Amino acid sequence: MVIDMINDDFKTLGNTETSNKVVMSVKNCNVFYGDNQALNDINIEVGRSEVLALIGPSGCGKSTFLRCLNRLNDTIDSCRVSGKIHLEEEDIYSGEIDVVMLRARVGMVFQKPNPFPKSIYDNVAYGPKIHGITTSKEELDELVEVSLEKAGLLDEVKDRLHTPGTALSGGQQQRLCIARAIAIKPDVILMDEPCSALDPIATEKIEDLINELKENYAIVMVTHSMSQAARVSQRAAYFHLGNLIEVNDTEKIFNDPEHELTKNYISGRTG
Amino acid sequence: MFNYLFVVLIVVTIFIYFYSKKYSIKIRNQSGYLHSLPQYYGFYASLWFLIPSLIIIGLYLIFAESFVTSTLIKSLPNNIKNLPVNELNLVVNDIKNLAVGNIANSSSFTGINEAANFYNEQYELIDKVVFYSSLIMGLLTFTYAYKTISSSYRARNFIESAIHILLFGSAVIAIFVTAGILLSVLFEALRFFDVINFSEFLFGLSWSPQMAIREGQVGSSGLFGAVPLFAGTILISLIALILAVPIGLLTAIYLSEYADTKVRAITKPILEILSGIPTVVYGFFAVITVAPFIRNTGSFLGLDIASESALGVGLVMGIMIIPLVSSLSDDVISSVPQSMREGSYGLGATKSETIKKVILPAALPGIIGGILLAASRAIGETMIVVMAAGLSAKLSFNPIDAVTTVTVQIVTLLTGDQEFDSPKTLAAFALGLTLFVFTLFLNFIALKIVRKYREQYE
Amino acid sequence: MSNTSITEIVNKNLQTRYKKEARFRRYGQLSIFIAVTFLFIFFTSIISKGYSAFYQAEIFLKIELQQEFIDPDNTNDLEEIRYGDFDGIINESLYSLFPEITKRSDKRELRDLMSSGASIKIQQLVLEDLSLIGKTINIWLPLDDEVDMLIKGNIDVNLPEQSRRISDLQISSIETLQTQGLIKNKFNKTLFVSGDSRESEQAGILGALVGSALMLTITFLIAFPLGVSAAIYLEEFAPKNRFIDFIEVNINNLAAVPSIIYGLLGLAVFINYAGMPRSAPLVGGLVLALMTFPVIIIAARASLQSVPPSIRDAALGVGASKMQSIFDHILPLALPGILTGSIIGMARALGESAPLIMIGMVAFVVDIPTSPLDSSAALPVQVYLWADSPERGFAEKTSAAIMVLLMFLLLMNSLAIWLRNKYEIKW
Repeated sequence: MVIDMINDDFKTLGNTETSNKVVMSVKNCNVFYGDNQALNDINIEVGRSEVLALIGPSGCGKSTFLRCLNRLNDTIDSCRVSGKIHLEEEDIYSGEIDVVMLRARVGMVFQKPNPFPKSIYDNVAYGPKIHGITTSKEELDELVEVSLEKAGLLDEVKDRLHTPGTALSGGQQQRLCIARAIAIKPDVILMDEPCSALDPIATEKIEDLINELKENYAIVMVTHSMSQAARVSQRAAYFHLGNLIEVNDTEKIFNDPEHELTKNYISGRTG
Repeated sequence: MFNYLFVVLIVVTIFIYFYSKKYSIKIRNQSGYLHSLPQYYGFYASLWFLIPSLIIIGLYLIFAESFVTSTLIKSLPNNIKNLPVNELNLVVNDIKNLAVGNIANSSSFTGINEAANFYNEQYELIDKVVFYSSLIMGLLTFTYAYKTISSSYRARNFIESAIHILLFGSAVIAIFVTAGILLSVLFEALRFFDVINFSEFLFGLSWSPQMAIREGQVGSSGLFGAVPLFAGTILISLIALILAVPIGLLTAIYLSEYADTKVRAITKPILEILSGIPTVVYGFFAVITVAPFIRNTGSFLGLDIASESALGVGLVMGIMIIPLVSSLSDDVISSVPQSMREGSYGLGATKSETIKKVILPAALPGIIGGILLAASRAIGETMIVVMAAGLSAKLSFNPIDAVTTVTVQIVTLLTGDQEFDSPKTLAAFALGLTLFVFTLFLNFIALKIVRKYREQYE
Repeated sequence: MSNTSITEIVNKNLQTRYKKEARFRRYGQLSIFIAVTFLFIFFTSIISKGYSAFYQAEIFLKIELQQEFIDPDNTNDLEEIRYGDFDGIINESLYSLFPEITKRSDKRELRDLMSSGASIKIQQLVLEDLSLIGKTINIWLPLDDEVDMLIKGNIDVNLPEQSRRISDLQISSIETLQTQGLIKNKFNKTLFVSGDSRESEQAGILGALVGSALMLTITFLIAFPLGVSAAIYLEEFAPKNRFIDFIEVNINNLAAVPSIIYGLLGLAVFINYAGMPRSAPLVGGLVLALMTFPVIIIAARASLQSVPPSIRDAALGVGASKMQSIFDHILPLALPGILTGSIIGMARALGESAPLIMIGMVAFVVDIPTSPLDSSAALPVQVYLWADSPERGFAEKTSAAIMVLLMFLLLMNSLAIWLRNKYEIKW
C-alpha cells in the first residue's frame, strides 16, 4: 500500500527551494549499492544560515543522502551516485572540485562521537594541520581555542587541553567533534543524528549549539527525534524508502503536511 | 606382562559395562523409574573398576624401577656396594643390560649373572603383585559401586563430574608443561652454574666451550662467556626486524586500506604460503641462494663478506617473519573502528594522512605488541641460523661478519656423542634457560599490550 | 581569515598532499611486490635445483647370470647366493662393451661408473627367482651419482682432470654409451622407496616419511583430545578466577615458546629422566604434541566461541544437562573449526625440526621404521641432514625432499581450507 502511495505521485511535494542564499543544490540524485537503489531522484537545496532537518523512518536513506553531500560514500566500494550535486557553483561529483577540498568545506559530525585517540588539542588541531591552514604555533593555538569556544567546550577543558579527548563525557566528546569540524571553517556542516547517543542534558547543550552555529554555517541534520527537528530546524525534508516525499518549512511540515505519508509519520502512525 | 594386563583390563571393563547396564535396566523394569539412562550406570561401574587399577599401574610405573634398583644394590656384595656412586651406577647399568639381554660387560665382577637373575626375579615378583592387586582392587571398588546402583542413584551426575574433572585436568596440563619446561631446564642449568660462575656466563666476553678430555690439559676449563652469543642473536634478529617490520606493516596497511578484493585474494594466500614454509627450508634457501648472492654482490662491490654473514641469515629470517608481522598488524589495523577513518575523511584528510596520523597512532600499541612477538620468534628461531649462521663465537656487530647465536650453540653442544653431565652439555641448558626466560618475558609483555589494546576498542 | 582564503590555502597544498598520497601508496605496492618476489625466487630456486632429482641416469646392460659367480658350489642355498659376486657379473658385462679397455686401472675406472645399488638390484632379482641363474637378462641399472651429475650437466668438464671426481676416460666412455642409447634418464623410484643412504643415488625419503607419519599420528592422538578437552573446560566451565587466568597466560605463552625449548624439555624429561629411546618417533611425537597442544586449545576455543549462545539456551531449555548440551550440540557445531585449526597446527608440527634434533633424530638411519620405538628420521630433519652433506648429488635430493615436504604441507592446508569452506557455518 505504501509503495502505491509513492508511485501515485512520484514528484516531491512542497518546496525544494530555499529562501536563503543557496549553498548546496541537489538535482536528480540517485544512489545505488550494487544493484539496489538506495535513493531515488532526489532534488533539494540547502541554504545558508538555516538548519535543514532530514526526517523519516529508519532505512529510508537519510544518512545515505547526507553522506552524498561530502562524498563519504566513496569509501564504500559498491556505492554509485548519479545526478548533480553542486556546492555553490561547482559540481562535487564531476571533478570540478577535489574531494579533499569538498570535505574541508563540508564538515561532518557523526552519530556516535568519534574523537581520535589523541589529546583534545590535537583533535581540534588535526584539520588545520593537515590542510596547512595555520603557519605558526600561536595561530594554531588561537584557532583551537576559538573553535572550542564556538563549540561551547572551552570553559570545561581549557586547563586540560593535552589530556586525551576520549576521556571526556559523551556530550563533551560530541562537542569536541563539532569543534574539530568548525576548526577548518566549513561552509556546510552535516550532522548524522548527533544526539542519538547522548543523554537529555547533553542533547540540550548540542541543540543550543546548533542554534548558534546556524548563523554562520549551513547545517544539514539527520534526526530521528521529531521534537528535535521541530526545535532546531527551519526547513524539514521527509524521506521514505529512498524517496524524498516532501520538503518545506518545518512549521508547515509539522502542522500541515501535504502528503499522506508525511502525515502518517508526523502523527506517529508509521516510523 | 603389561600387554596381557591391559587386555585383561579392557575385557573386564567391557564386561562390567554391559553387566551393570543390564542390571540397571532390570531395576528400571522393576521399579518403573531410573534416574539416569542405563548406559550411565554402565560407565559408572566401569569407571569404579578401571580407576583403582590404573592408579596402581601408574604407581608401578613411577616407583618400580627405583625400588627394584635399591633392593638390587642391597643384595650386592659389600665390596661393590661400597663403591663410589659413579662406579656403582656403572655396575648397576651393566647388571640391568645383562638382565634385559643386551650385550653388556659381564666381567665387571664375579656374580654379575646372579645379580642379573636376582634383578629379573625381583621384577617378576613385583609384576605379579601389580597384576593381581590391580585386578583385585578394581573388583573390590566395582563391587562397592555395583551395590550403590539403585533407581534413584544419580549416575549421570557422577559421570558428568568425572568428565568435568577430566576436562579440568586437560586444562591444568598447560601449567604442568610450563613447569616442566622451567624445571627441567632450570635443574640442568643450576648444575652448570655449580661449575661455571653465573656472572661469568652472563657477562663473559668469550665463548669456547671445548672441555679438556684429560684432567689438567691446557685450557681445560673452557670459556663460557655468553655475551658474544647474545650479541649475535640480537644482531641477526635486528636485521630480520629491520627488513620485516616495514615490509610487513606496509603490506598490512596496503591490504587493509587500499587493495581491492582481487589484490587481497591473491596476496593473502601468498603471505600464508610464506608463513607455512618450514624453517629448515628457509635455512636451505639461505645457504644455497641468499648467502652466495650476498657474497658475490659483496665481492663485486669490493667487500669481503663472510659466506655465513649475519646479513644473509638476517635477511632470510626477515622474509620468514614478514607474514607474522603483517598478519598481526592486519588484525590490529582492522580493529581500529571505522568511525575513526570516517572522522578523518570527513575533515578532508587524504587516505595516507588518515593512516599516518589517525590509524597508526591508534593502532600503535597493538603494532608494538606484534613486533615484540615477531622479535621473540626471531630470537628463538633455530633452523635458519643452525644451517646458515656461523659456529664460532665472535663478538661483532658488523652485519657482514659471521656470528653465532644462542640457538646455534644449543644445537651444537647437544648434537654429537657426549656425556650428558659434562659442563658442555649442561651449558646448552643454561643457554636454553636464558632463551626461555627472555622470550617468555617478551611474549608476556607483547600479549599484555595486545590484549589491552583489543579491550580498548571492544 | 575568510572562507575564500581557506579554499586558496587548501588548493595551494593540494598538489603536495596528493604526491605524498601517491608515494605512500607506492610504498605499500612495493612491499607487496617484494614479498611476492621473495616467494617467486624461493620457489624458482627450490624447483630449479630439485626437479632433476626425480629422474636418474641408468644404464642398459646385458647381464649373464653365470653360475660360477653366483653360486660356484651349486648349493642352491639362499644364504650362499646372498654372498655371490654380483659386482663381478656386472663388471663382466660392462667390460664386454669396451673390449679396447684392458689396463687394470682403466677397468677400475669403468667399474666406478656403476652405483653399488646395481649389484643389490641383481642380487634381489636372483634371490626372488633362482631359476634365473645361468640365464642372460637385459636390465636398466643405476649409475654412480657422479655420473648422474655429469649427465645432468652439473660437472664442469673443462676443469683439469685432477680437480674433478670423474676422469677423462670415464667421460668418454659415458659419451660412447650415450650415443649407443645405452644410458638414459629414468624416473627415480629409489627416492620414494628407500631409506637414507651415504650414496646419494641410493638415498630415499621413505624412512623419513614413515617416521614423520608415525610422529604426527602420536602427536594427533595426544594433542587433539587434550587440547579440545582443555578448550571445552576453559570456554564452557571455567569460573572466573586467578587460577584460570594463570592457566590462560600459560597457554598463550606456551604457544609462543621457541620450539627448541620443547626439544630441551624432551631431552631432559623423556630421554634422560624417563629413559625413552633416542631418535624414536614416540619421543618426537610426544614433544610435538606438547608443542601443538596450546595451538589446538587456542583454535578450539575460537571455534567454540563462534557457536552462538542461542544454541546453548535451546539445548538447556529442553532439559539437557550442561554436559549434554556441550557434547550433543555445541561440540559437533564447533568441530569443523576445531579440525581446521588442528590440521594447521599439525602442518606446523610436520615442518618442525629443531626439537627433533634435540632428541637425537639426526642419527643416520637406513632402515624404514616399523614401530614408534625404532630409530627414525623425519622429513624436515632429512632435509637438514642432506643439506649438510657435501656430495653434490645430495643438493638436488635436498631440494626434492623439500618439494615433497611442501607438497604435504600444501595438502594439509588445502584440507583445512576445504573443511572450513564446506562445513563452516556463518552465524
